[in-house]
Amino acid sequence: MSKLRVVHYINQFFANIGGEEKADYQPELREGFVGPGMAFNQNKEFADEAEIVATVICGDSYFNENVDSALETVMGMIKSQNPDLVICGPAFNAGRYGVACGTVAAAVNKAGIPAITGMYKENPGADMFKKEVYIISTKNSAAGMRDAVKKMAPLAIKVAKGEAIGASAEEGYLPNGIRKNFFEKKRGSQRAVEMLIKKLADKEFETEYEMPSFDRVAPGEAIKDMSKAKIALVTSGGIVPKGNPDHIESSSASKYGQYDISMFTDLTAETHETAHGGYDPVYANADADRVLPVDVIKEYIEEGKIGSLHQYYYATVGNGTAVASAKKYATEIGKKLVDDHVDAVILTST
Amino acid sequence: MVKAIEAYGIPVVHIATVVPISQTVGANRIVPAIAIPHPLGNPALTHEEEKEIRKKIVNKALEALQTPVEDQTVFEWK
Repeated sequence: MSKLRVVHYINQFFANIGGEEKADYQPELREGFVGPGMAFNQNKEFADEAEIVATVICGDSYFNENVDSALETVMGMIKSQNPDLVICGPAFNAGRYGVACGTVAAAVNKAGIPAITGMYKENPGADMFKKEVYIISTKNSAAGMRDAVKKMAPLAIKVAKGEAIGASAEEGYLPNGIRKNFFEKKRGSQRAVEMLIKKLADKEFETEYEMPSFDRVAPGEAIKDMSKAKIALVTSGGIVPKGNPDHIESSSASKYGQYDISMFTDLTAETHETAHGGYDPVYANADADRVLPVDVIKEYIEEGKIGSLHQYYYATVGNGTAVASAKKYATEIGKKLVDDHVDAVILTST
Repeated sequence: MVKAIEAYGIPVVHIATVVPISQTVGANRIVPAIAIPHPLGNPALTHEEEKEIRKKIVNKALEALQTPVEDQTVFEWK
């Protein structure tokens, strides 16, 4: 029997084309495997039945900034290979890569070709696509590649062959909300009591029905008179005073900064820069107003359109930063903004 | 971050390039930005043209802050 034909979708980074400076790389089709594709082709379980025959590469920024046209091109390339299966990523905790992998896998599925991907559970692509495609739960960095391939390979083969897929906990994919009826060995009342006893004894137990987390916040009330309002600027784009005095990390930031902007009417290459990794810093370093629009806000204040700008702005780096950290920083920032009677916030993200 | 600040009742407008991420995370007022490395700028334009676009985006953000919303709303400026 001939092997299953697999097309692999990866980004410019994993294709060894380049980092952020190449994130605008346009879709390219290459024969055979590239980069992490080797790990799949070397996985025995995978290699016995399947082979990566082609790899589609696309820059993360290019994909996300031109979703419609990029997806069309990528899909054309994938279909030209007549694949039995498409594997995207894994994307780990790279946000734009995760969204690209999810988008491609979902479109491939819709076109009637089985597809799977893999990413870290906090990747924004996970929540967006876990109901549409099988997403293997991976670690948050490429150090988890071996582990990811070990879980993705068998699931990929099963999906391609149309075999029955087990529960998310068995196969290692992110729960997609699908439930199946089956007969448990023990009846419900017995399982419930056993679970309760474990819980009372502070032992680990596994819930049979995860409660959904509706993590939403009610919109703040609209500003009635902007000409009297005090606005604050916050950014996850890493804009810091030149020299990055607090040494905010370029990735997985462990802190945020509070910086005085009262004396600035325009941010320049001499005064500010970005600490953010994961995107090409050239444009933000040349003119940080492109991320934190201080020049325009100050002009609007001059014109009387806005009441005032809060003396301080707050900045951290969004790149790979854990949701829990971002939440913690923003809770502290929000408290300060309330204490300083700020009326509204403009938060910019790269 | 948007949510943790807005939890205090302060309205927050999120200027973000990848709008679907902002929606998934749960921002209530969203203004689309230009590109990831320069959300409020465009180095391909002259300094003046670039500032005009930045004004447009900030203007839209101010409009968003002055607009009562109940659900997640995207404020387009293009």
